[in-house]
Amino acid sequence: MVDARGLACPMPVVMVQKEVKKSNPAEMTVLVDNQCAVENVTRFAGSQGYRVDVKADGEDFTLTLTK
Amino acid sequence: MKKVNWLVVAAGLVVGAAAVLLTALGNPGNMGFCIACFLRDTSGALGLHSAAAVQYIRPEIIGIVLGSLIAALGFKEFKGRGGSSPALRFVLGMFVMIGALVFLGCPLRMMIRIGGGDLNAIVGLVGFVVGIFVGTLFLKKGFTMKRAYTLGSLEGSVMPAIVIAFFILLVAAPSFIHFSTEGPGSKHAPIAVALIVGLIVGALAQRSRLCTVGGIRDAMMFKDFKLLYGFIAVIVAVVIGNLITGNLNFGFAGQPIAHTDGLWNALGMALVGWGSVLLGGCPLRQLVLAGEGSADSTITVLGMMVGAALCHNFGLASSANGPTQNGMIAVIIGFVVVAVVSFRNIAKEA
Repeated sequence: MVDARGLACPMPVVMVQKEVKKSNPAEMTVLVDNQCAVENVTRFAGSQGYRVDVKADGEDFTLTLTK
Repeated sequence: MKKVNWLVVAAGLVVGAAAVLLTALGNPGNMGFCIACFLRDTSGALGLHSAAAVQYIRPEIIGIVLGSLIAALGFKEFKGRGGSSPALRFVLGMFVMIGALVFLGCPLRMMIRIGGGDLNAIVGLVGFVVGIFVGTLFLKKGFTMKRAYTLGSLEGSVMPAIVIAFFILLVAAPSFIHFSTEGPGSKHAPIAVALIVGLIVGALAQRSRLCTVGGIRDAMMFKDFKLLYGFIAVIVAVVIGNLITGNLNFGFAGQPIAHTDGLWNALGMALVGWGSVLLGGCPLRQLVLAGEGSADSTITVLGMMVGAALCHNFGLASSANGPTQNGMIAVIIGFVVVAVVSFRNIAKEA
């Protein structure tokens, strides 16, 4: 679980990248609160072989990464 | 990343073409767009500094902020937010401006200068890339400006309100607003054209997230070339435009509003690159974010405007004759400040 709410890019992507490098999880949940971060995390996760499911939740977005 | 994001390429091409057009219509040489120069001119017009040659409220700045605002509102992305180290952002904005005015241009103008054949800008680019690289080392170590919070739409409306005030002052031209009668500040495209071009560029930059720092940063950190394509597109469009208008002149000496001191061209841009990585985006991106409601970017832009005023009040800005001693000292102080911020803001591992 990566909580990157309130953080502007590239921080959310950096956090996801760190998590992938550390344990390469098969599934990961990422919380962000801006559209730019949704796009960037989705693009990065895609490049790492994850499928991304985005759910808007009020002002926040929940991204579920699976591979 | 195999897929090219055509929106960002289109945005880059439009920015490049717009720069050539604005120069053809009156803007200074290789300065169709320069966020640093235009904020500096605006500071001068307000009387924050008294360098008579660089005083003019630039409509491009107004257009970029409002174009971004309109695009953000249209796509429901406008959100008042802030609180991520505002005072540090102000200071970093000041030093990014100082670095830019020692080089003589923001990263966008650096690209436009490259597209005009100004080889000094290639030297600047080398420094810029090194500065970005140093910044990314800190990002990898866990550097953070801390999180921002939702602050409501009034807080997010401050920068749009400021530029609307600028527009009124530009058109009404009261006697307390300064207008250069000679020098770069006196050279400008017609207000309407500059404003409309700014609106288009602001909207495209908001939608595509175009950022001159982000392009190189993301390529280094994530092998993500999306924004870099936009960066390259700007240069391609400027080269083509300059070929058409006959303004492509390769060389170091005699380039418009530039100097040939390679070391300080590189160091100035290195400071811009490093500082901008910490801020999360180049000066253009800061304007766009300020338009979509970021109070943090608003504070950064105000810091840049104050930095520009200091540059001219303290003799820090370079001229065609080269950098000044005061400017060199200011850049060195800038590196110390940026380094302190970089080291101190590394988050402890949870």
